[in-house]
Amino acid sequence: MRESLKDILLPILAIAAALLVFGGFVALSGVNPVDVWVILFKGAFGDWFSWQNTLQRAAPLMLTALCVVIPARAGLVVIGGEGALVLGGLACAALPYALPVPDNIVGTCMVFMAGAVAGALWIMLVGWLRQYRGINETISSLLLAYIAIGLFKHLVEGMLRDPASLNKPSTYALSEGIRIGGIGGSDVHWGLVLGVIACLACGLWLRQTTSGFAVRVVGGNPRTAQLVGLPASKLVLLACAVGGASAGLAGAVEVAAVHTNANASLIAGYGYAGILVAFISRQSPFAVIPVAILFGGFGAAGSLLQRRLSLPDASVQVLQGIAFVLILASEALRDMDWKTIISLPLSRFSGAAPAAATSTSNEGKTV
Amino acid sequence: MTTDMWISLLAGIGGGALRVGVPFLFVSLGECLTEKSGRINLGLEGVLVLAAMAAFGGAYLSGNAWIGVLAGAVAGGLLASLHGALCSLPRVNDVATGIALMLLGTGLAFYLGKPLIQPQAPQIPAIELGNWSDSSSVRAALQINALLPVGIAIAVLLWWGFARTRFGLLIRLAGDSANAARALGYSVNTIRLVATTLGGMIAGLGGASLTLFYPGSWNEGISSGQGLIAVALVIFARWSPLRCLGAAALFGGAGAIGPAFQSVGISWGYHLFNTVPYVLTLLILVITCKPGSVAVGSPGELSSTR
Repeated sequence: MRESLKDILLPILAIAAALLVFGGFVALSGVNPVDVWVILFKGAFGDWFSWQNTLQRAAPLMLTALCVVIPARAGLVVIGGEGALVLGGLACAALPYALPVPDNIVGTCMVFMAGAVAGALWIMLVGWLRQYRGINETISSLLLAYIAIGLFKHLVEGMLRDPASLNKPSTYALSEGIRIGGIGGSDVHWGLVLGVIACLACGLWLRQTTSGFAVRVVGGNPRTAQLVGLPASKLVLLACAVGGASAGLAGAVEVAAVHTNANASLIAGYGYAGILVAFISRQSPFAVIPVAILFGGFGAAGSLLQRRLSLPDASVQVLQGIAFVLILASEALRDMDWKTIISLPLSRFSGAAPAAATSTSNEGKTV
Repeated sequence: MTTDMWISLLAGIGGGALRVGVPFLFVSLGECLTEKSGRINLGLEGVLVLAAMAAFGGAYLSGNAWIGVLAGAVAGGLLASLHGALCSLPRVNDVATGIALMLLGTGLAFYLGKPLIQPQAPQIPAIELGNWSDSSSVRAALQINALLPVGIAIAVLLWWGFARTRFGLLIRLAGDSANAARALGYSVNTIRLVATTLGGMIAGLGGASLTLFYPGSWNEGISSGQGLIAVALVIFARWSPLRCLGAAALFGGAGAIGPAFQSVGISWGYHLFNTVPYVLTLLILVITCKPGSVAVGSPGELSSTR
């Protein structure tokens, strides 16, 4: 793993540029961009209350980002983490319907296992479809996410519905002892610790273990993997299982710590925001931790933007979209040295366009 | 179930195929054009949503549905051209860019469309084809979106254009062998940029038909993956604009099953029936894709079909 200054600086510059562009965008709708930046910062990292809010949102983002990162290391672009998340949350909430779950830490472990297994199976299906049926995993994972959401709504409004939940169909709430609470009395729940541990564990797994290395070989060069006799399909399924389990855990965390039961609030877009976190982290589980906190912060600031400046609730989504586009565009600068990058705005597409622009084709591109 | 219920159920599904299928048709034609040039645009989902909002906004502000349609096409073309421009950069992957555009397009649409959730905009006129029938449900089912003939015309035009025109040949050349196109002195990036933008404009018409025809309102759940299904539709139609017609009708019918059942009073499994298009898409992919081989008719440069 070679990490240069550029790997860290380029995303930071891209996010800074995204904040600038977003400022210009809100300026067009008559809002002072400086106010927006100040409120974004205050709402995300301004005081302990904001930090709690931010860290609470960072937890599921870390776990859903892993659902993109780990399969990506095996060469798959999986974007259906939202499906694994909702089914993980549903399995977590539904387990007490099927089994007598003890009302203590053992029960917590059981419902979390249920969430992880549901997510793992769902994303393994994506890997299986790709390895054994040749179906593009990007498309299938997203289709499966829509199917998962349909299934979720069907079960929550039908079989698994708590009759007392009138306006908002929900499952029965998890009993008190199973839920996970705040760390040291704060609003930051233990899911954050789980997320950090998951990121560190996945990072170490990829970096230090033989199976993790094998997954990276399969993702880096399938031909080589075949030549050295690695069981590529099994490794892909393993990577999908790990990623899916992680997204399933994200759903379980949301149920056990935030909502206490499974309802439509679970479908909040963490799966999609996780894609962005994973891409900005350049598919490194370690980098996911700070990036998830940053984007958790943006999410937390969203409601403040809505209240203080009466911006629409989709503002954060726009900011995320702009950030995503600029992060991808910044990839184009990676091959150049700093001198070229700095002189780029000056040359303005004159004859001095970088040589790379004319000689690339699809083969040379990386995800 | 009584005969009347069966008739209204079948009319509901058939009418739904005509109604729900129209957006599918435009998006799949747009995707077909884009993919023929060797680029995949997963961002058509975002294009569709943004165009739907723009079309509704345009119609609402101008008081004319057709200005709305134009606004939808322009908005779709603009967002798609961003995709085309980004993909022209070195080291930028079209799948990743598509995901980014999906997020950006839906975000922009929700942001700008916030004030449009309440009002009513003028609608695209309906073409009544069902006046021969006594059954009101049949008549309702055969109210055709005036954009449907436009879609059929575009399908035929694309089919003819790919086969017969210089521009169509260039697009196919860029899609099948970028090196050959370069050797002839054409800029592959420019060809793909034009194809992607035009594809986005066509998809934008699909967005317009989402918000400017029955039930015809803007809300944030308006698309839910139809732009993505288009990618699979194009594989199913084997990159032929004419086959897109049949594929769109099939998916329209599948998408209408849930509402049709609900209209005759069967509400069980509403959410499950609504997933039928996605399940169908997966099934079709399972049937048409084979591991290790390339689908018949797929452009050689396409990154999604290995």
